Amino acid sequence: MDYLQYLRKDKMPHIWCDGCGHGIVLKSILRVIDKLGWDKNNIAMISGIGCSSRTPGYVDFNTLHTTHGRGLTFATGLKIARPDLHVIVVSGDGDATAIGGNHFIHAARRNIDISVIIYNNYIYGMTGGQVSPTTPGGKKASTTPYGNPDTPFDISRLAQAAGAAYVARSTAFHVGKMDRYIEQAFTKTGFSVVEVLTPCPTSYGRRNKEGRGVDMLMYQKQNSIGIEQAKGKTAEELKGKYITGVFVDKEQADYRQRYDEVIKKASKLNK
Amino acid sequence: MKKNAEITINEQWCKSCEICVAFCPQKVYEMGRFYPKIVRPEDCTACMLCEKLCPDFAITVTVPDKIEKSQ
Ligand SMILES: Cc1ncc(C[n+]2csc(CCOP(=O)(O)OP(=O)(O)O)c2C)c(N)n1
Ligand code: SF4
Ligand code: SF4
Ligand code: SF4
Repeated sequence: MDYLQYLRKDKMPHIWCDGCGHGIVLKSILRVIDKLGWDKNNIAMISGIGCSSRTPGYVDFNTLHTTHGRGLTFATGLKIARPDLHVIVVSGDGDATAIGGNHFIHAARRNIDISVIIYNNYIYGMTGGQVSPTTPGGKKASTTPYGNPDTPFDISRLAQAAGAAYVARSTAFHVGKMDRYIEQAFTKTGFSVVEVLTPCPTSYGRRNKEGRGVDMLMYQKQNSIGIEQAKGKTAEELKGKYITGVFVDKEQADYRQRYDEVIKKASKLNK
Repeated sequence: MKKNAEITINEQWCKSCEICVAFCPQKVYEMGRFYPKIVRPEDCTACMLCEKLCPDFAITVTVPDKIEKSQ
């Protein structure tokens, strides 16, 4: 497949470090868009700030690079004004669940028809490796040099609890699964989330002695387990394992349908 | 006659991460001084894994059959 037709070639090569998984996730997004045959002019890709949030800068769609954690707020306004557009938000674990955490849970609760791809590398990559809400307990970050004392968020479970219509998690290594989940998310009406676990060798791997990007992908290859197989296993057995699969896939009225109802009621009353 | 897939590496974009070298199931690549070298192109099955995993859009694998069909 020709990826270059979707890229702003003058912006390449991208800034991501050698072995960073973000480029692998972007490729999966582009493969799905190509398969669905979407017109570039009908796609809007929106982000906040972070290495992951650099993605819209490289793609030849309608793009918005907004403020940290606020990609979803701009996307919400855009989707309400232009419901005909395919609105995709790309975000990092810090962008989506630290500074933008509230926007994330409320967008899920509202079930607005937006797809969010979260590149979860357990760290603030761009700013040099500060601890993030998904850094596993005990892991090192520049702000937790003796190990993280906090319990991490499970982004997929968070999205599920907040009411998203579709939630799935893949690793960057498992490209087949990643493609399938992103396609399901893009074709879902309602709020859809795909969490992709992706290596940040520079700000996370190095500090935690996990090696280069290639080593971190090898770990993903050898230590991932499907939701079904994970059922019935103890916390001890699942330690260090990545649980992947589809967490939620349900039909429910999206924000637009519910808002149309409100408009109908209001216009009857005001006649 | 079986035609081989054609592999190209854009050295301007490659960042020498060695992901293609590590994951090609057919061991088509070996690492060179700066860039991967395509040492066993005849073993390539066009599985596309290296192209999908290369984070830098540096690898293109072209399958001859598909080219013929589309022309
Ligand atoms: C309001 C605001 N606060 C802080 C920052 C600094 N900042 C830039 S990127 C970033 C973290 C990004 O982490 P994440 O979203 O996980 O993305 P990654 O870089 O790991 O892909 C921070 C804190 C900022 N740009 N704006
Ligand atoms: S700092 Fe980490 S997340 Fe950012 S480009 Fe480098 S490897 Fe990727
Ligand atoms: S995967 Fe891509 S960037 Fe990495 S060494 Fe191979 S060609 Fe270069
Ligand atoms: S297409 Fe598959 S077999 Fe061919 S070089 Fe790439 S990974 Fe190896």
